[in-house]
Amino acid sequence: MSGAAQGDERAGRAAIRVVLPYHLRTLAGVGTEVSVQVDAPFTLARVLDALEARYPMLRGTIREYETGKRRPFLRFFACEEDLSNEGMDVLLPEAVVAGREPLLVIGAIAGG
Amino acid sequence: MSGVRVLVGTRKGAFILSSDGKRKDWTVDGPFFSGWEIYHMKGSPVDPNRIYVSQTSGWFGQVIQRSDDGGKTWLQPGAPIGEKVDAWPPKPSNKFVYDTSTELGKPLTTHQWYDGTQHPWEFKRVWHLEPSLADPSTVYAGVEDAALFKSTDGGESWHELSGLRGHGTGPNWQPGAGGMCLHTVILDPGNPDRMYIAISAAGAFRTDDGGKTWKPINKGLVSPFMPDPKAEVGHCVHHVAMHKARPNVLFMQKHWDVMRSDDAGDNWREVSGNLPTDFGFVIDVHAHQPDTVYVVPIKSDSEHFVPDGKLRVFRSKTGGNEWEPLEKGLPQKDCYVNVLRDAMAVDSLDECGVYFGTSGGQVYGSADAGDTWAPLVRDLPGVLSIEVQTLK
Repeated sequence: MSGAAQGDERAGRAAIRVVLPYHLRTLAGVGTEVSVQVDAPFTLARVLDALEARYPMLRGTIREYETGKRRPFLRFFACEEDLSNEGMDVLLPEAVVAGREPLLVIGAIAGG
Repeated sequence: MSGVRVLVGTRKGAFILSSDGKRKDWTVDGPFFSGWEIYHMKGSPVDPNRIYVSQTSGWFGQVIQRSDDGGKTWLQPGAPIGEKVDAWPPKPSNKFVYDTSTELGKPLTTHQWYDGTQHPWEFKRVWHLEPSLADPSTVYAGVEDAALFKSTDGGESWHELSGLRGHGTGPNWQPGAGGMCLHTVILDPGNPDRMYIAISAAGAFRTDDGGKTWKPINKGLVSPFMPDPKAEVGHCVHHVAMHKARPNVLFMQKHWDVMRSDDAGDNWREVSGNLPTDFGFVIDVHAHQPDTVYVVPIKSDSEHFVPDGKLRVFRSKTGGNEWEPLEKGLPQKDCYVNVLRDAMAVDSLDECGVYFGTSGGQVYGSADAGDTWAPLVRDLPGVLSIEVQTLK
């Protein structure tokens, strides 16, 4: 996909910024944005692994326990791209890896 | 000094209402977990400061919360905020996975969907938490899609008692309008191996071996919406209540019909008597009078509000059949609220207190067994559940 980092050849570790929806912020006791250390390759799955390792109370709230799939009413955006249906192994855009842009975890608007 | 704590689960958070033994002046604390649906919260009868909460959301799934100080502070068992997790993975307090193991589990079969086709079992939420009568770290969870889970570590991890789901009648269970939920868990105070549960729409079940095996206890129930109205399972049981001094006597509010069993559910008979309508959700029993029963009749299964614009609790002092309306202090004009199945409870002070919450966010209480009522609080989000703790 356009804008995504190419391949997993980028070695090393990055601090990935993640913006959480309100209810997950209160659940984890954090502010709007958190930062997690992620080892390459910088995939969505690795960021979520690191996020859940740092904030274990978020396990099961973003990805389903049994399948590891995104919960249906959540979506992932970065750099104005919708990553929600790209699969968990999608590589994050370069700007996210470089820390210029956050990964957005967003609650889909449905109901009240 | 004695006191009462009313635990209120609402569509947008939890609240705790507190009063002394007079039950005249109430303090409202909350909202806790604001914005989340709180299907149920209940305290341990062994340690009243330990309170379990089912916090749920269509977006973020299921969360279990626990307080060990009577609701002052809360934690997610196994993963509290700000504490380092020593072992990875941490205890998954919100992991409710059906047990399909070859040792104890049952294959994940299907149940009947609304259109009669078969549908896979899918976990959605915890409807009811029932703490053990003997151990504050043991608690049962009734969930949707219908199954019973048990935790023995204070809610840090859960294991399904799969003998219930695997009873063999699962393909004939079906969801009610609220989903296929296990909403009632009753522990027999005299027999730790005996437990009752109820499911919409499967019916009532009993175990006599601590949850390993279960039998349907629906003989006498008649549900005209079913192809066989007297079938062994498929009945939409809304709630069941028991008095602890007489555990073989059960009272049931079915979709339609108020029922009674005098033999631990083996046989049921209708006791709707002179009720204006026998559709409803809640049913409860006086704390000291095993034959005094309370219901809140609802107009119909198509119109989920109280009849005639009047909010009335009906009380029977004869174990059913003869009912009297209780309306003093309750709105008797232009009232169109519902009272959901887990939204009534009683305290055990000398003069029994009765409490219920409405879909309109009012919590009403009576300090004289229902003779007179007053609002404890009027404008909460819609009430999903009410539990009461009597503090000595």
